[in-house]
Amino acid sequence: MTLDKAKKGSKVRITGINDKNIKSQAIRIGLYEGAVFMCSEKLPGGPVILQSKLQEIAIGRGLATNILVEGVQ
Amino acid sequence: MGHCHDCNVNIKVKDGEKKLVLAGNPNVGKSVFFNKLTGLYVDVSNFPGTTVDISYGRYKDYVVMDTPGVYGVSSFNEEETVARDIILFGDVILNVVDAVHLDRDLFLTKQLIDMGKPMIIALNLMDDVRRNGLTVDVKKLEELLGVPVIPTTAIKGEGMDEVLNYIDKARVGNRNPQLIEKMKAYADKVDNEAEALLVLEDDETVAERHNLKVSGMRDEIYGARRKEIDEIVAKSVKETNNGASLRTKIGRWMLNPITGIPMLAVTLYIMFKILGVFVASTVVGFTEETIMEGMYRPFIEGIVGSVINPQTFLGNMLIGEFGVLTMAPVYILGLLLPLIIGFYVMMSILEDSGYLPRIAALVDRSLTAMGLNGKAIIPMILGFGCVTMATMTTRILGTKREKIIATMLLGLAIPCSAQLGVIAGLISQLGAFYTVIYVLSIFIVFVIVGTILNKVMPGESSQLLIDLPPIRIPQLRNVLMKTIQKTWMFLKEATPLFLLGALLISLMEYTNILVVIQNAVAPITVGLLDLPKETATAFIMGIIRRDFGAAGLSTISMTSVQTLVSLVVMTLFVPCIAAIMVIFKERGYKDALVIWLGSFVVAFLAGGIIAFIL
Repeated sequence: MTLDKAKKGSKVRITGINDKNIKSQAIRIGLYEGAVFMCSEKLPGGPVILQSKLQEIAIGRGLATNILVEGVQ
Repeated sequence: MGHCHDCNVNIKVKDGEKKLVLAGNPNVGKSVFFNKLTGLYVDVSNFPGTTVDISYGRYKDYVVMDTPGVYGVSSFNEEETVARDIILFGDVILNVVDAVHLDRDLFLTKQLIDMGKPMIIALNLMDDVRRNGLTVDVKKLEELLGVPVIPTTAIKGEGMDEVLNYIDKARVGNRNPQLIEKMKAYADKVDNEAEALLVLEDDETVAERHNLKVSGMRDEIYGARRKEIDEIVAKSVKETNNGASLRTKIGRWMLNPITGIPMLAVTLYIMFKILGVFVASTVVGFTEETIMEGMYRPFIEGIVGSVINPQTFLGNMLIGEFGVLTMAPVYILGLLLPLIIGFYVMMSILEDSGYLPRIAALVDRSLTAMGLNGKAIIPMILGFGCVTMATMTTRILGTKREKIIATMLLGLAIPCSAQLGVIAGLISQLGAFYTVIYVLSIFIVFVIVGTILNKVMPGESSQLLIDLPPIRIPQLRNVLMKTIQKTWMFLKEATPLFLLGALLISLMEYTNILVVIQNAVAPITVGLLDLPKETATAFIMGIIRRDFGAAGLSTISMTSVQTLVSLVVMTLFVPCIAAIMVIFKERGYKDALVIWLGSFVVAFLAGGIIAFIL
């Protein structure tokens, strides 16, 4: 599924980023294929907030539709 | 000595001197280390072909060079390009790392280690580590990375002397063995291993310098590096509890619309009280009226007037009503400077506390409808201070498309503080009903113009992707340093524009062009907007200084509807002459002309519609 479909409070693993321009920059701030995050907040129609330990990243909804994730138990 | 294959660094290094490069992610406290190392003797030079300034100084027999904060070495943007070339140029690297965000910061660290340059690590912000309920096993980290790691809290001076002592003990760290193998293929094709690594990581600039093709292995190498970092972090960082719970909670409240919107409203209200009421009237009243108008103006008029007749052309240019030595300094130093300082203090507090990126996330959705992302809130807030300053800040936006939309909206619908004060005074006399209509009209124009631009402009806007740092109490010193730096930058860039503006206006006044324009605009104001003829003069004066225009309206007798219409038109109407020039400078004359003429049309159209309805 894509990141925008992830439920708030669920854990997800990033499986793909379908945006060439963003990919290499995202990997730097810790957003990369294989990384596990908790979807800590979803603003209505707005950005998805991912959290890993103390780090949080805000991802615009449009970009979230281009990021593939899978659920993690 | 490492060499540098046409890499642009124009810093002179004497024989026997080694080059020490400071590298780190943004906001990790690098500058504190730089100042500690170099003391007061710092040079700043522009990096050739860029807008980036780099600082360098000396420590013992080292030339110390600062780099822009980056998340990795490559060429995704101007900062990275500059950082990359300085790092390639350096002999020893001091890597400043945020201990709280090791999983993010170690990407750059591991990349620097793989470059094979001797380095030491300052593990900074250790006080934050404790506060966040984390522990970092420094010994373990040192063992895993293979370079000296010194825990520091730079802002309090802790660990700084140890860092200085360790610089001579810098060494090459534990490099990825597979990468060393792969790099062998480039051994005789590039100057050093650092360059080999960058070619391997698809850095096209470095590859081109050596007539090589990139390897196409970037994703694979970056991925493997991430895995290594995850292992290092797992082995060296422990969470002792879910500490920082309150700060994490505050951060959440700021993001969640139900709590976040009221919090934002309160914050903006406090800002308005401090900036709009205290700074804009009390402070400016003193600086503009008492100091500049009361003391400076008579002083300069006396001095210049004794040499040059004020009635002559030259006298008019220098000390006339809009003179370069009279109006311009009064405006810049008396009115703008206190406001600019006030706004930058506020913005630095918002930024350093970690609130600003959360505001950006909160408003992201509303702004995407207008082809902007949450980051655009920064110039929008600054616009209420000074549209000229805000327009310069549109540089932080990702694409040309966003820059144009933001510039247009700023020029059109954001009233700057100089103007806001006068408008507030006029509109409050009309009562609540007209105030609501005024605010609503400006807001509707903002949304409609933004939405239309988003629809008609080609290309796509960039999406929000930002790091949300933990909420913390800002350090006064940092806030002041940032404010001083940014205010200075603003003065340096904007002063020539204001001077040129004053000159142009004086020239137009002297040659009577001003009157010709006023007469040309009059039919529109009378016919379309149903306003007295004199309002045209006020509109034109608004170009010189936005507050002049609004103040000019107060002397014309008008009905409530007429006052409302003229205020709406005045707000939407082109920004002041300095803002216009900055728009031309930033956007190029073609786009700027469209923006400029566009705001004329929108302003009169909106005014006409309101005049027609009411």
